[in-house]
Amino acid sequence: MKTFKLGGVHPAANKLSAGAPIQVAAVPAMVAIPMAQNLGAPSKAIVAKGDKVKVGTVIGEPGGFLSSFVHSSVSGTVDKVDVVEDATGKKVPAVFIKVEGDEWEETIDRSQTIDRNIKLDKQQIIDKVKEMGIVGMGGATFPTQVKLTPPPTAKPECVIINAVECEPYLTSDHSLMLAHPEEICIGVQILEKAMGVNKAYIGIEANKPDAIELMKKTAAAGFPEIEIVPLQLKYPQGGEKQLINAVIGKEVPSGGLPIATGALVQNVGTAFAVYEAVQKNKPLIERIVTVTGKSVAKPGNFLTRLGVPVADLIQAAGGVPEDTGKIISGGPMMGKAMPDTNSYVVKGCSGILIMKNAEARRKEAGPCIRCGKCVQACPMGLQPNFLARYSELNLLDEAEEERVYDCIECGSCQFSCPANRPLLDWIRQGKPKVMGILRQRAADAKAKADAEKAAKEAAAAK
Amino acid sequence: MLNVSLSPHVHSGNSTQKCMLQVLIGLTPALLWSFYQFGLGAVIITLASVAFCLLFEFLITRFMLKAPSSLGDLSAVVTGVLLAFNVPSNLPIWIIAIGALVAIGVGKMVYGGLGSNIFNPALVGRVFLLVAYPVQMTSWPTQAGYADVETGATPLSIIKRIANGETGLDVPAFMDSLLGVTGGSLGEVSAIALLLGGIYMIVRKTITWHIPVSILLSALVFGFLFYGFDVQLALDQLVCGGMMLGAIFMATDYVSSPMNSRGQLLYGCCIGFLTIVIRRYGAYPEGMSFAILIMNAFTPLINKYVKPQRFGVVKK
Repeated sequence: MKTFKLGGVHPAANKLSAGAPIQVAAVPAMVAIPMAQNLGAPSKAIVAKGDKVKVGTVIGEPGGFLSSFVHSSVSGTVDKVDVVEDATGKKVPAVFIKVEGDEWEETIDRSQTIDRNIKLDKQQIIDKVKEMGIVGMGGATFPTQVKLTPPPTAKPECVIINAVECEPYLTSDHSLMLAHPEEICIGVQILEKAMGVNKAYIGIEANKPDAIELMKKTAAAGFPEIEIVPLQLKYPQGGEKQLINAVIGKEVPSGGLPIATGALVQNVGTAFAVYEAVQKNKPLIERIVTVTGKSVAKPGNFLTRLGVPVADLIQAAGGVPEDTGKIISGGPMMGKAMPDTNSYVVKGCSGILIMKNAEARRKEAGPCIRCGKCVQACPMGLQPNFLARYSELNLLDEAEEERVYDCIECGSCQFSCPANRPLLDWIRQGKPKVMGILRQRAADAKAKADAEKAAKEAAAAK
Repeated sequence: MLNVSLSPHVHSGNSTQKCMLQVLIGLTPALLWSFYQFGLGAVIITLASVAFCLLFEFLITRFMLKAPSSLGDLSAVVTGVLLAFNVPSNLPIWIIAIGALVAIGVGKMVYGGLGSNIFNPALVGRVFLLVAYPVQMTSWPTQAGYADVETGATPLSIIKRIANGETGLDVPAFMDSLLGVTGGSLGEVSAIALLLGGIYMIVRKTITWHIPVSILLSALVFGFLFYGFDVQLALDQLVCGGMMLGAIFMATDYVSSPMNSRGQLLYGCCIGFLTIVIRRYGAYPEGMSFAILIMNAFTPLINKYVKPQRFGVVKK
C-alpha cells in the first residue's frame, strides 16, 4: 500500500465517532457569522442592523484577492455587526443574525436529486466557486477559486482528493463519504473540468475500509477517471506535500507550489461543497463538525450551520464534561486550543476535541538525549532538535541552513520526543523570523536588480 | 481554566526512561549468558558496577551539581551494566569502583549530565581502567568463579599472533565465539546473545539498523582485506572480542552517536575500519573501544556536515 517516503508517526487513532451517522444540529435563536473565515484577507460585512436576510444571502464580500464571500446560514434579521473571538481568542468582526424561520434564497436547489450533468464551463465553475464562498474545508480555508487559478506556467495533470483524515479523533470526512459518495465524485469531476484535466485520485487511509469500498463502487459506476487510492496509515499523510508524494510519488519542490507536481489537491469536503455550489447553486453555509473526546457523552458528526455557537454544538454532544482540561478546534496533532467555548463554527472547523485534565497536561521536559527520533519522524527530512535549539538561541543563519522554512509544523517531532521537549514551540519562534529575512532578502535583490536595470536603460538612452 | 498550549496536543508516551529500559532488556540475554559462563564473578562485577554508577551519579547530582536526582532515567544503570560488560569477570571490586567513578564523573557529569557528554561514559571508564590497570584488565578468566579462576588467552590475541606470523596456533573456532564459550570481558563473549538483544531493540525501534549493520559490514570487508584475504579470519572479526557488544550496544549510545541515518552509516563504517586497523596493526589485540571513542569525537562534526535526506530538494 502506498504512503509518503520520509518520516511520519503513528498516533493512536481514537476515531470514537467513526461510522456514527450525520446528525443535523439544531439552529439556535441567534448566530454570529465571523467575517474572517478564510486564509488571507478577511471579508467585509455588507449588511447592517435591521436588514432581512435569507439562508444563502450574501452578507460579506471578499476583502482582497485572497478572500471569500460569506453568506447567511439562517433566515432572519441582522441584529448587529460586532466583534467576536475566534477559536484562538483573536477578535474578529462578525454579523449577528436573529433567527426567524428557515427561509432559503429561491436560487438554491434544495431537492435531493443528484445532478450528474455539469453544464458550466471552466471559467463559469471558477466564478461560481468564488460566488458561493467555497474555501478549503480541511482546515486551511484557502479560497478555492484562487487555488483553481494556478499561475500560467503550471501544467495541471490531475486532481488529488484529500480524504485521508489522518488527524486522530476526526471523522467528519469519513461520515461525509459514507453519506454522499456520488455527490463527491461529481464534485471531483467539476474540479477536473475547472483544471482542464481528466484524471483524479481520492486518497483514503486504510483505517476507513467501508469508505474505500463505497467510493470504489461509486467511482466504478460512471466515473472511470477517478481512482481510489488506499493509503497506509501514517501521520501526516493529509499534509498536501505528503499526500501528493504518497499518491503520485512526486515531491513538491522546496519553496514551490504544489501545482508544480501537476497535482491540484482539494479536501473531500471541498469537493462536496463544490458539487453543491455548482450543481445546486448552494453557498457554503453549513459543514460537518466532529465533536469528540474520551470524556464526551455522545461523540458524533454534526451537520452544523456556520455561526452556531461552539458551546451549543458541544451541548448537542452531551455538554462539556467535568474535568475538562483542553478544548481543541481541529485534531490533536495540529488543532488549536481554544481559550473558552465562546467562539462560533466557521468554514474551517472540522472538529471540536475535548480533552480531560490529565490528557491536556504536557509532561515535564528533560534534556535532549540526541536519540534522533525527531529526525526519523520528520516528514520533511529536517533535524527538529537542531531547529529547536537554533530557534531557542536565535541562531537564525544556522536555522536557515537547516531549512527551518521547510517545516510544515505537523508536530511529529514533538510527538515522538522521549524527553518531552517542546520542539515545535521553539521552531515556531524561529521559522517566521527566518521567513522574514528571506522575504526581505528577495525584496532587496529585486530592488537592486530594478535599480541596475533603470541605470542601464538611462545610460542607453544617453 | 482551559489549557491553551500549542499543538501537538498528544504525545507518543515514549520517555527517556522507557528507552533505557528497552536497552536493559536488550542487554539481558548477554547478561544471563555471562552469569552462566563466568558464574559468581559476573554477578559480583555487574552488581558492583551498577551500584557504584548509581551511587556516583547520586552523589554528584546531589552535592556537586545540586540538581534534582536523575537516577530515574535509568541511564546510570545502563552505563553500569555496559561498564561491567567491558571488564574481565575477576576484576577486584575497588577497580570497578574507580571505573564507575570515571565513567559517571568524567565520562558524563563533567559535561553537565545525560545528553551533554561527548563520549560514551562506559567506554571512558573502560579505557581508563585499561590504561591504568593493564594487568588486571587483561587477565581473562576461562571458567566460572570469581577469585583464583584460571585465565587464558582470548581468541583475539591468538588471531593477532597468527596474523603476525606465529605458527602452530589453531585458528579460534567460529562457533565457540558465536556461542560465547571463550575467554573475554564478561558481556562480550556470546555474539549470539548480543545479536538477540540487538534484534529486539531494532524491532522495538529503540535503535535503527544503521549503526550496527554498517559497523559489522565494514569490519567484515576490511577484515578480509587486512587479514590476507582469509575468510575465516575475517568472519572471526565479527564474533570475537567486543565487536558485537560495541556495534550493537556501545556505538549506538544515543548521546554520542550521530542523529540522522546517513551520518550513522558514515560513523559505523569508520568504526568498523578503525577497529580492524587497530586490531591488525595496533599495540592492543582489541580496537573496538578506541574506535568508538575516536568516532564519538567526530560525531558533532558528522552532525554538522552530514544532512538527512530532504523532502522536495533535488540534487543538481
